[in-house]
Amino acid sequence: MNATLAIYRRELKSYFQSVTAYVTMGIFLALSGYFFYSIFRYYNYISYQTARNPYASQPLNLIDGVMRPLLGNISVILLLVLPLLTMKLLAEEKRQGTFELLLTYPLKDIEVVMGKFLASLTLFAVMLGFTLLYPILLAVFSNPEAGPIISGYLGLFLVGCTFISIGIFFSSLTSSQLVAGVATFGVSLFFLIIGWASPFVGPTLSKVLSQFSLLEHYDSFAKGVIDIQDITYYLFISIFFIFLTLKSLESSRWRS
Amino acid sequence: MIQVEHLTKYYGTTRGIEDLNFQVSKGEVLGFLGPNGAGKTTTMKILTCYQPPTSGTAKIFGHDILEDPLEVRKKIGYLPEKNPLYTDMTVREYLNFVGELKSIDVGKLKQRVNYSIERCGLENVQRRTIGKLSKGYQQRVGIAQAIIGDPELLILDEPTIGLDPRQIIDIRELIKDLGKERTVILSSHILPEVSQVCNRIVVINQGRLVAVDTPDNLRSRLKKTSVITIKIHESPESQNAKGIVESIEGVILVNEKESTDDVKVLTVESDPDKDLRYEIAKELINENVPLLEIFSEELSLEDIFLKLVTEEVS
Repeated sequence: MNATLAIYRRELKSYFQSVTAYVTMGIFLALSGYFFYSIFRYYNYISYQTARNPYASQPLNLIDGVMRPLLGNISVILLLVLPLLTMKLLAEEKRQGTFELLLTYPLKDIEVVMGKFLASLTLFAVMLGFTLLYPILLAVFSNPEAGPIISGYLGLFLVGCTFISIGIFFSSLTSSQLVAGVATFGVSLFFLIIGWASPFVGPTLSKVLSQFSLLEHYDSFAKGVIDIQDITYYLFISIFFIFLTLKSLESSRWRS
Repeated sequence: MIQVEHLTKYYGTTRGIEDLNFQVSKGEVLGFLGPNGAGKTTTMKILTCYQPPTSGTAKIFGHDILEDPLEVRKKIGYLPEKNPLYTDMTVREYLNFVGELKSIDVGKLKQRVNYSIERCGLENVQRRTIGKLSKGYQQRVGIAQAIIGDPELLILDEPTIGLDPRQIIDIRELIKDLGKERTVILSSHILPEVSQVCNRIVVINQGRLVAVDTPDNLRSRLKKTSVITIKIHESPESQNAKGIVESIEGVILVNEKESTDDVKVLTVESDPDKDLRYEIAKELINENVPLLEIFSEELSLEDIFLKLVTEEVS
């Protein structure tokens, strides 16, 4: 436990000592800010239109009009920036050779992996925390429903959790950060869009594909529904990839 | 005590080491000697539980490396060959971090860090970033990292590689000093280093054990015939020096080398079990031969090493 904490602290510190944290956070916040701005302006425009023409009015609210598209877009930005955070976790240690030393300390592999995983997760949570500014702004000028915002954020956090666990797995496979980053991006994206083919395949496969789709499960969070099944899905994928990471560390002892 | 039993490691079909057997007693400084690629690093990686062996095992202070790796790792301080360090941390930060990983009590941590820093002479650089230190200091940080958990066994893989002569001497002194209070296994391909620092030497070549012995025993074991060299001042009495020496019991062969200037050189091959220097000197002096020098040539460790290694190959 102490060791996990030590690795966690070191990892977090090294994020902030290098430019990694600032660059990824900066890009993430700039992009999500721009998304918020444009989505909000569009919502504004639509509101004017409907106000002038009461017959064309559709049910308008801040959740469906602003928060849902915003959080959906943020999940795509996460797809871009989270691999940048996770790619170095183990690959860097392998390249530097410190990995060898780490494995000869009296540590369990899981202590190493969890320390690193939690460090990335923390940085991600901080990043996500900054975007709370937007719903707060909405709350200042209007009164959006709190429920769907909270559930939307929870869903986004779980999506990030999945991406990070995929990232740490690929980082454990290689000593090249680039390879780890690209593979993480590819696999995460695949998990995000795996459901797209579901309308065109047989009923059984269709069900499997949509069950595995990250987007499918995210949808209910965005609508304000917290379903234990969806939470289980994200936790399952995360734990599965962390398990693979542990296996990969174990096998790297045999291979090296 | 460390017992290595039938340790074998194959990388695919390539032999790393094969059937290594040896023991290290507590408090000993053991040297692994062998050419590059002999299997020194492989053996160390197995002993530190970084890699499992293909077959065989080792017990380190009673703990098996396969069954009880966590206990083994608690007792070991390891300096890998490439001395990997987190270059973005300061010396003190790094040692603190390693101390935490080795689960040293929070109360004792500061004291252990101070001890390591002091022991390895890092006081002046403790607040500097590791990446900016000289290679010699980085090596000290590597050793400091190894001793911070107060391990019973120190495993140092080529601890002086890539250092300048001054730094090499410093590191050797440090290792000798550390060896006074704990067991040390170090590897090297530099012979004088091993003979200076170690009590016992394990010679490995092409993954196989060639010899295990003290440096002195290795020398005498390989001295199949000992050679005594005699230098005599050229004079009428020295003409029959060769005859005098030949008549001494135990002498096998006497060669007279061409004399340079006024000095005649005789080389005497004799029974390796007997030291004939005194006999020879006494006889020559009795006959009034002007004896200048007499010495038995010791095989250097280099010669022994080459001999062992080439004999194994052939």
